[in-house]
Amino acid sequence: MNQFYTATDHFVLVPAVMLALFGCAILLFDFVVFPDPRQRKYLLFFLILGEGFAGFGLWKQQANLANGALEAFHGSLIMDGFSIFFNWIFIAATLIVAIVSYKYLEIEGEHHGEYYSLLMFAQCGMFFLAAGTDLVTLFIGLELMALSFYVMVGFLRTSKRSNEAAMKYLLLGAFSSGFLAYGFSVMYGISGSTKLTEIAAHMEARGPFDPLVLLALATTSVGLLFKVSAVPFHMWAPDAYEGAPTTVTAYLSVASKAASIAFLLRIFLGPLASARDAWEPILSFIAVATMTVGNLAAINQSNIKRLLAYSSISHAGYMLLGLIAGNATGIKGIAVYVMVYTFMNLGAFLVLVALRRKGIIGEDMDDIAGLMHKSPGYALLMLIFLLSLAGIPPTAGFLGKYYIFLSLIETHHYTLAVIGTLYVAVAIYYYFRIVRSMFARDLTEQAPLSTSFGLRVALAVSAILTLGIGLYPEPFLRLAETSLLH
Amino acid sequence: MTDHLLSLVLFTPLAGLLVLLFIPSRQKELIKVWANLASFAGFLISLPLVSRFDKGVSGFQFVERANWIPSLGAQYLIGIDGISLLLIMLTTVIGFIAILSSWNAIQDRLKEYYCMFLLLQVGMLGVFMSMDFFLFYVFWELVLVPMYFIIGVWGGPRKLYAAIKFFLYTLAGSVLMLLGILTLYFQYASQFGRYTFEISELMKLSLPLGLQQWVFWAFFLGFAIKVPMFPFHTWLPDAHVEAPTAGSVILASVLLKMGTYGFIRFSLPLLPQASVDQTIVQILAVLSIVGIIYGALVSLMQKDWKKLVAYSSVSHLGFCTLGIFAMNPNGLAGSVLQQINHGISTGMLFLIIGVIYERRHTREIAEYGGLAHVMPKYAVIFAIAMLSSAGLPLLNGFVGEFTILQGAFEANRVWAAFAVTGVVFGAAYLLWLYQRTMLGQIANGKNLHLPDLSLREIVVFLPLIAWAIWIGVYPKPYFDILEKPVQRIVERVRPGYYQGGAQAAIKPGHYQGRVGGRVPGVSGQ
Repeated sequence: MNQFYTATDHFVLVPAVMLALFGCAILLFDFVVFPDPRQRKYLLFFLILGEGFAGFGLWKQQANLANGALEAFHGSLIMDGFSIFFNWIFIAATLIVAIVSYKYLEIEGEHHGEYYSLLMFAQCGMFFLAAGTDLVTLFIGLELMALSFYVMVGFLRTSKRSNEAAMKYLLLGAFSSGFLAYGFSVMYGISGSTKLTEIAAHMEARGPFDPLVLLALATTSVGLLFKVSAVPFHMWAPDAYEGAPTTVTAYLSVASKAASIAFLLRIFLGPLASARDAWEPILSFIAVATMTVGNLAAINQSNIKRLLAYSSISHAGYMLLGLIAGNATGIKGIAVYVMVYTFMNLGAFLVLVALRRKGIIGEDMDDIAGLMHKSPGYALLMLIFLLSLAGIPPTAGFLGKYYIFLSLIETHHYTLAVIGTLYVAVAIYYYFRIVRSMFARDLTEQAPLSTSFGLRVALAVSAILTLGIGLYPEPFLRLAETSLLH
Repeated sequence: MTDHLLSLVLFTPLAGLLVLLFIPSRQKELIKVWANLASFAGFLISLPLVSRFDKGVSGFQFVERANWIPSLGAQYLIGIDGISLLLIMLTTVIGFIAILSSWNAIQDRLKEYYCMFLLLQVGMLGVFMSMDFFLFYVFWELVLVPMYFIIGVWGGPRKLYAAIKFFLYTLAGSVLMLLGILTLYFQYASQFGRYTFEISELMKLSLPLGLQQWVFWAFFLGFAIKVPMFPFHTWLPDAHVEAPTAGSVILASVLLKMGTYGFIRFSLPLLPQASVDQTIVQILAVLSIVGIIYGALVSLMQKDWKKLVAYSSVSHLGFCTLGIFAMNPNGLAGSVLQQINHGISTGMLFLIIGVIYERRHTREIAEYGGLAHVMPKYAVIFAIAMLSSAGLPLLNGFVGEFTILQGAFEANRVWAAFAVTGVVFGAAYLLWLYQRTMLGQIANGKNLHLPDLSLREIVVFLPLIAWAIWIGVYPKPYFDILEKPVQRIVERVRPGYYQGGAQAAIKPGHYQGRVGGRVPGVSGQ
């Protein structure tokens, strides 16, 4: 009963252990076995192997799900459908990002083994964010993820932009973590426990408008909303996205966002669930502000990475709408949204990765001009990803929006639904600025795209999933169904 | 019921597209031939729909049903009734003609061009045969993307502006329509305990009038922007003027009909009480009439040939929506027939503009004059198209407009009186256009040596002319096809309409009788 480390604990922890172990192994092998920089891409196989083991553990856990969720470490971790679902997304995102990185980093001249370790460590942090049910576990997971990202964003040591981005992200991130820690301490003060379930009980007893509950709510929200880049805590995102290596931007925009959304749901549907009356109006306002700022600011961007950064801010707004609706459809909607967002957003960034060539930064609107004439395949893929980001059927992005809108209608949030739908039309305007540049303008840059085997595989996977989920979503919807938090 | 004819019709263009993708871009002739073959095959395959269609059956035919997304309750459910049949035939015919007419007009990026057209064809056919709202919405949105590219890549000088304007307008309308769809979907789930998008199931809903009205307005925005009804028409002239000829033809002939079809298929049967609500009917009728007159007046003022025809579409589609909201058999049947007529005659007018534009690269009316002297065949065909559009008896336009006016007269005589002025203006701007371009002496030296129509160009026009004359001379088969579906819709929105005044409904004499009855009373006072 009171064992220190049980078999269940071990079973639940397997994916995280695998990620951490293989991450460390890569660090060792980097200079022991592969001293030559050109061999570093073989480190990728360790990452794939590690992900394979982690995935196997996850698969076993999923098979076990029929017997109920697994709790481990005296209720610090839980392996329910929710955490498994999100972990699948993390694995997919990490794999996709990892296999496209070697060529990109070689071009940037910064191909180091640590990169792969950092990816895995960040993912390890995400594991705890999705599965944690204890404030300390969650906080450590968050910091593990965030610290890895601070390093990765500044990975281009010689680039000023990258350093600036890392510094901004670090300062603001540290600040928000401070808020979060403060909120957690208030929660601990209220309940005398770090377990989410116990905190929830104490919070509920105090009612939604108790000053301490409001204090906890306000401070925790700041930290959480910062992580999902909701307005007014979004300032870091455009700079960090623009300055970071594109592969890291891709990873940051999907995996970090997915993990933060999972974290946010755990808190808002757990300890803060009883304070819904207090946070629903605020969150509604924030969601609308997030969509507004994200969409309107994106219109005039000439840097595509920045444009996608603002678009990703607006997507956070849509995800928050699902939480505001808060019914089963809404939560399932967030899960579906995060899933489709992962693939479509990764896809869009992957095309940008291919645009980065020796001597060409390749992230400006002009750099993508006339892509249709040079590489029609890439232009078409980009079109699919952008249509999906905007939410046009039959692409996957439509399904995400579909659930969000449905949940808003089910809970009678008609105004929010109308605002959300109208921003789809705004979004199409700026996404189609990219399309227009690709299809209607003349070619400005003759140099061929930098592609690699990994990039082609990654693009194919993202595109197949983006279209496939749109055309035949049934299996994916069933998967998302299992992720409902109870 | 067991065969898959309808799916075959739907997916033939898609199959053509998939093969087209594998033809290398350098093989220009092969691409053209293949695209024409694919669209012609699409037309041939759709012919059995006509021969096997049973006019006597009320309800949908050729129904195919398959599970698609069970967890949403969305099905692959397609079927047609008389209204869809006519629009599908219009789509396959015009689709083929549009592709045929592009033979010389489009010189660069042929492969992408024809791919977009075939994709567009799939979307439009899908819209007209979907019986599941989710499926419908997917096809409805699918149409936007190829049309954006057709305008935005192969269009005129301001093509990008026109293309994005088209996209944004229609998208804004259709996402709001999506909210309406989701509201119905959710209401059905809360009343019947299961989720479905099937139209015939959603028709079982009983909704309070207030909610129906909200949903009606949501649908209205989606459909009215597509039609386009006044005051949502501003995207249309831009899109038409900038689009390549074939794009204009498809846009005017088929794409706009998606809006009117939406009203007939969805707004009316799903929201019967809101549809006959006096305020709503009044607003829509007034908007239609304003559209008719405004479109006609603006057409009179145009200096650009293509813009003139574009605004005439606003006017003609005003008739179609007026017919729908007359809410009686004549109005509805006339409206559907007029949609077909508009497809034929405006399609021809745009093709005619395309012919002259290929030769002179200008659409300024002032640049022309006296063309009949150098291009006699062209002048004859233009005359037929123009007269068909203006509603000359024995040509198609007359039958449609007359029936609509009859329906409007039954519903409200003031409407009919205003709408008739639209017919007069229509004749005016078209005849004046003809006079300015075709008649008189050749004033502009550049027009002296224009070649007349080639055989291919005549072939493009022939089927449309034949169709126009057929409808004009012998419209009975069309009314027979439309009788049952129209009856169903009228029964749905005005229950007891046929029992209440059986003969009255069919013969306009009813109203004369009532007027006649009142007159002695007045004089007796």
